[in-house]
Amino acid sequence: MAAPDFSQLIAATADTIAAHADELTALDQAIGDGDHGLNMKRGFDAVRAEKAAIAAKPLPDALKAIGTKLVMTVGGASGPLFGTLFMALGKELSGTPDRAALTAALGKAIEAVSARGKSQPGQKTMLDVLQPVYEALAQGKTAGAIADAADRAAEATVQMKALRGRASFLGERSIGHMDAGARSTALLVRAVAEAIEGS
Amino acid sequence: MSNVGIVIVSHSPLVAEGTADMVRQMVGDEVPLAWCGGNGHGGLGTSVEAIMGAIEKAWSEAGVAILVDLGGAETNSEMAVEMIGEPRSRRIVVCNAPIVEGAVMAATESSGGASLKEVVATAHELSPS
Repeated sequence: MAAPDFSQLIAATADTIAAHADELTALDQAIGDGDHGLNMKRGFDAVRAEKAAIAAKPLPDALKAIGTKLVMTVGGASGPLFGTLFMALGKELSGTPDRAALTAALGKAIEAVSARGKSQPGQKTMLDVLQPVYEALAQGKTAGAIADAADRAAEATVQMKALRGRASFLGERSIGHMDAGARSTALLVRAVAEAIEGS
Repeated sequence: MSNVGIVIVSHSPLVAEGTADMVRQMVGDEVPLAWCGGNGHGGLGTSVEAIMGAIEKAWSEAGVAILVDLGGAETNSEMAVEMIGEPRSRRIVVCNAPIVEGAVMAATESSGGASLKEVVATAHELSPS
């Protein structure tokens, strides 16, 4: 895996969130409060607006800057959760990380998101995508296979009952809808995987 | 010795402001107090940036106790504390207590010159768990 240009990664993630904002909002309208697409788009657009400055920073600072920007601009509960994901990755990664370093860093970041949201995999959240992505990464899967695993994992949240977040107020009625946070996580994973594969 | 600051974080600015009004009327003005509510875009929700601002406003060397309403307010408050960073973050506690009763009881305790630990313990006594 060659390392793609960091500003290219930022653009790829912001593009995919913008392109799917309506879909994410529709998913959130079904079982949440219907602002996920708009919130995520606002956050990733804000990151994209500072793409050049962020990409010029060393990797830990760049990831921390993305996380901070997401916390401040996404709002809702997603801001701190996605922000924590990037901030935790920034704490763990430096230089040009190899697969082992990426895997270890993602493991730590999952722990951080889990602590922030007081949640575990299996509760119909973004963690249900991050965990299989971590496993696929650890198993040496290709970037494409990792993106596919993320999509399947997001799809698998349809059958789950929400135990955290606003969707959990619906109990059984949350079953049958994909979790919006899981879907946006899968979109981000695919954008990063394709940027890495294409570089 | 300064009094412990109280921060009220609700999804609704009306709830946050109303809670602060009750604290002021029932406890008085000697306790540093700040509130925030709303997502920063005119809707219900909480904003990390606004919470950080409220903590700054109510900041006291004795520490700050934060009272929150629903889950997202707690998550965002914890994020705000982390972003304020050490060493001050060690003197900020997000309380596990009902927002209105917790704010009034915590402020009452604070007005008497209690420590952050005592203020937080008083708020926590209101929680069943």
